[in-house]
Amino acid sequence: MTGIMQFAASGPRPLWYATRASGTIALLLLTATAVLGIAVGGRYAPQRIARFEISALHRNLSVLTLAFLGLHIVTTIADPLVPVSWWAAAVPFVSSYRAPWLGLATVASDMLLAVAVTSAVRLRLGRRRWKAVHWLAYAAWPVALVHATPGTDARLPLQLGLYTGCLAAVVTVVCWRLYRAGPGRVAARLSAALTALAVPAALGGFLFSGPTHARGGAPATPLTVRYGQSSARAPHGGSP
Amino acid sequence: MPKRHSLRVDPISCDGHGLCAELLPELIGLDEWGYPVLRATEVPGTLLDHARRAVAACPVLALRLDRASR
Repeated sequence: MTGIMQFAASGPRPLWYATRASGTIALLLLTATAVLGIAVGGRYAPQRIARFEISALHRNLSVLTLAFLGLHIVTTIADPLVPVSWWAAAVPFVSSYRAPWLGLATVASDMLLAVAVTSAVRLRLGRRRWKAVHWLAYAAWPVALVHATPGTDARLPLQLGLYTGCLAAVVTVVCWRLYRAGPGRVAARLSAALTALAVPAALGGFLFSGPTHARGGAPATPLTVRYGQSSARAPHGGSP
Repeated sequence: MPKRHSLRVDPISCDGHGLCAELLPELIGLDEWGYPVLRATEVPGTLLDHARRAVAACPVLALRLDRASR
């Protein structure tokens, strides 16, 4: 373990790259899981593939999301250059390192963990209790996205495009589901649609106002600057 | 003593997603609105795994498999 630490502390920082890559992949997988889950909830019935296949894909991708989320968390903690403890991965807002963003990450991962655990035992829990927890996924997804916006790679156009694509996909599917839920309950559906549309508006305004960089505790700023310089050589995202 | 398994649809919970009929067409058909109609409630041993899969697949947990010893 110390050998890994020493290797990680010198040279190209594989752990930091792994953190960023696994975080990005986890966000993509979470988005796909959310989109498929909303499609199932809206009784999406395509011609070519069966409905149970969409449902199975939703479940399998959720497990894959957790795997990459676990990798993202473990590599963050293991990276000696980022002072994040195991505690900070479980309890929100206790870390001094970039406190608000890491706190959001912990909130999102805790919510996703609750969703995953209750889904695993949902036949025992019963529909009402399982569903009550499952709604948390709708909260966890935007929190995870906001957590990603001040990331090292978030200044890359490709990464921003990725976030925009994720946002567009989820908002589109949410609006589709609300449309499918009609007729009736117009007020509830309209307010839900406005909430869904407010998320990208708020996030866009937030990104434009630019408070996302160099926030948090004292050691954050030099680290951010240093990593920011190497972010153009990001190993993921498809750019050469 | 052999266990008897029987299928049950909770008509209140069921939203007519139709996954059960895709996974267990031997025992479950769909009416014209997409809601399940059980051809038989008792599940033979050969279909038990498929029945469990259909129960687990229901997005609203409306399909249940009850077990009772004979």
